Amino acid sequence: MNRVMLDTKGRPIVVVTGMGLITPLGQGKQDNWRALTGGVSGVKKITRFCTDGLPTKIAGTVDFVDIPPLSGQGLALELATRSATEAIAQAALGAKGSFPGPLFLATPPAELEWTQRQMLYTYDPDTEGTGYARMLAAARTGQFQEMYGLFQYGSVSDHLADQFGTQGQPISLSTACASGASAIQLGVEAIRRGETQAALCIGTDGSVHVEALVRFSLLSALSTQNDFPEKASRPFSKNRNGFIMSEGSAAFVFESYESARARGAKILGVVRGCGERADNFHRTRSKPDGSANIGAIQNTLDDADISIQDIDYINAHGTSTPENDKMEYLSLRDVFGDRLKRIPISSNKSMIGHTLTAAGAIEAAFSFLTIETGVIAPTINYDVPDPDIDLDVVPNIKREAPVSMVLSDSFGFGGQNVCLVLAAEPA
Amino acid sequence: MNSPNNEVWITGIGLVSSLGEGSAAHWQQLTTGAQIKPVLERSAFAPYPVHPLVDVDYSKQIPRRSDQRQMGAWQKLGTYAAGLALDDAGMTDDTTLLENTSLIVAAGGGERDIDVDTTLLETIGGPRDEEAVRNEILMNDLRPTHFLTELSNLMAGNISIVHGVIGSSRTFMGEEMAGFSAVETAARRIQHGQGNLFLVGGAYNAERQDMLLQLDLGTILWTDEYAPLWERPPKGGGMITGSVGAFLVMESSQHAQKRGARAYARLSGIASGRSDRRPGSVGQMAEKLFAALGGHISGGPLGVLSGASGIEPATNQELAFMKGLEDKGYELALRGYGAVLGHSVEAHFPAGLGLAALAASKGAFYTPFDDSGFERPSDEGAVPILVTTWGPFHGEGMALVEKVN
Repeated sequence: MNRVMLDTKGRPIVVVTGMGLITPLGQGKQDNWRALTGGVSGVKKITRFCTDGLPTKIAGTVDFVDIPPLSGQGLALELATRSATEAIAQAALGAKGSFPGPLFLATPPAELEWTQRQMLYTYDPDTEGTGYARMLAAARTGQFQEMYGLFQYGSVSDHLADQFGTQGQPISLSTACASGASAIQLGVEAIRRGETQAALCIGTDGSVHVEALVRFSLLSALSTQNDFPEKASRPFSKNRNGFIMSEGSAAFVFESYESARARGAKILGVVRGCGERADNFHRTRSKPDGSANIGAIQNTLDDADISIQDIDYINAHGTSTPENDKMEYLSLRDVFGDRLKRIPISSNKSMIGHTLTAAGAIEAAFSFLTIETGVIAPTINYDVPDPDIDLDVVPNIKREAPVSMVLSDSFGFGGQNVCLVLAAEPA
Repeated sequence: MNSPNNEVWITGIGLVSSLGEGSAAHWQQLTTGAQIKPVLERSAFAPYPVHPLVDVDYSKQIPRRSDQRQMGAWQKLGTYAAGLALDDAGMTDDTTLLENTSLIVAAGGGERDIDVDTTLLETIGGPRDEEAVRNEILMNDLRPTHFLTELSNLMAGNISIVHGVIGSSRTFMGEEMAGFSAVETAARRIQHGQGNLFLVGGAYNAERQDMLLQLDLGTILWTDEYAPLWERPPKGGGMITGSVGAFLVMESSQHAQKRGARAYARLSGIASGRSDRRPGSVGQMAEKLFAALGGHISGGPLGVLSGASGIEPATNQELAFMKGLEDKGYELALRGYGAVLGHSVEAHFPAGLGLAALAASKGAFYTPFDDSGFERPSDEGAVPILVTTWGPFHGEGMALVEKVN
């Protein structure tokens, strides 16, 4: 192998040749980037279900996708299908229904929702029994095979593997809010091992349904600023008060640099490094000394074999929770020191909310678009700075600036932290 | 697959099931020479028989009550089995090792609150059949931290908190093949120097109506009079699930030797695929995978720990493949381990691999698990050992376990 195609650690360089995006801001990279750099918010009042009695009535739902009966599983599958279609079309790799590499999918845990339970419960009015016994009796009729095929943990990846013809067993994964980044990391590792020349990596999430909203509400994690939905997500601000649940998907075609060049593919960027570290302090909070977040950031810089001087933009996790934004700042300051003041850092979640399982992937896509266009998307709703968070958050308005190396952070519930270094194609 | 420095060794086994806890208990139960009687709970979840977990004193691995209260049965089972594996590998409380340990958990999800579900279901078709009413019930009746007991990636989170495993942490989902992919990914990373110490596995709590429902939407569960594994296909086939916690410590040979770890066996090959399950294709895939693993063994004794589920047509297809191996001159000692542990979905392959590693280390093999006639006694021990796990409808995985040289 041509040594130019290996990184400083002797591993195949991993490049991006196709990307697809769908978020509350719209479908496709173009619409999304225009809205994001224009400071447009995709957060709105929830119309999908009744929100009476719920403290949070706003979310970043993807409302322009119609798949009755709606379910989190069905929506996750549809969003992933659309983003993967865009990515594969751009990469022009493989053929219809045949992709020359494995699938790594970050997708939410599968579960039946109240629509499905209602269908089961009311299937046969003459069934005796109540509760689960009644639903199990309905299942045993054999009339719910389609539901079976959509609501297993592996269902979304099975459907995608069938549709896109990926190679071998797909891997579905969840590391909470870091999942999208983990999917990218798995694809990168497989290419670095030389197992494959290409990988399809997708993050998807369509889970704004009532029980999911209630769960986060009961943990006091969500913003309750229902009257002004577009202003509710305010990362790094003094008056931030929780995150906004949201939906979307991003997909990537990754290839080894060598095989991408050999076939004359357009190269959108490079995944220079991936790093992770698990926290062992608390199920929803980081260790106060930030050592797990710091460890993840440092491991990522080490994996990319770069120094803090080389990063010229940070795509923040920036959830708009009191806890995360402060911890993220302290951890970054620990690693970057005084340099941090000169690095712009913005949170896409200020506009699209928290796309949960998809976030790490969606925000990596936005990072690559930053590199490609030389425009940094803003952190909107930054009206009241937090004096304890001394960051250049690119407040409210986009900024034009050349960017060639991005650090993208994802710090997950349950202590799984993953960061990525994303770069321009080598000169 | 292996270079001399980066062989994949299994250096710790943590196994809990209806048969007992720990590898010694399982070895004892499964090698008596008399055919084992599976431990079954037939009435609590009728018409579904399940293999119920033995009584476990969770405080032995999860000492703090506050930690136990933050978990449901599923997460406790996995966290317990993970602790057993770490103990078995001599890693407990060794912060240097634990900080370097990569964790891969194969997970479904934690238990729903059945009482809240039942309350909500009872509103349907009645005077309180309104979304606003159900919203109120959810907000008032759900314990706020219940979500954390359900969340798929929090088994890994709890293992990190309770046992201090903080190198890296990933959770794979996807039923049987998630358990397989977790092991396969760890093995490939060890082989290629992307990590040298892994804790890998999963848990399954079969004693739950929500999980029985999720599976039986596909009518894949056995509901008739009990029948041994290999006898179910002629009657339509079906799976009997079992509560199992199964974690393994997988380590590069170099790392294991350096720290003086005891190795049960080496994983000399692992391969997976995804045939389209059209007639003939799964047999072809099985042959391809076996060739990838077993190219260096030609005929002779071969132990088989089959993860066959009892579901048709996959079970009979696997039997046909086994018969094909016999026709090629392999002297098979076939054991369908789902028959004695129950089928444990995400934990299923790690459990089978653990049993294989245990047998390899003992130089002996298991008594036949049933009297169907497909499982023949093996007096001399049977190594190498082939371990299989196929998804009911998608995915085929096989691994080869051999002695450490």
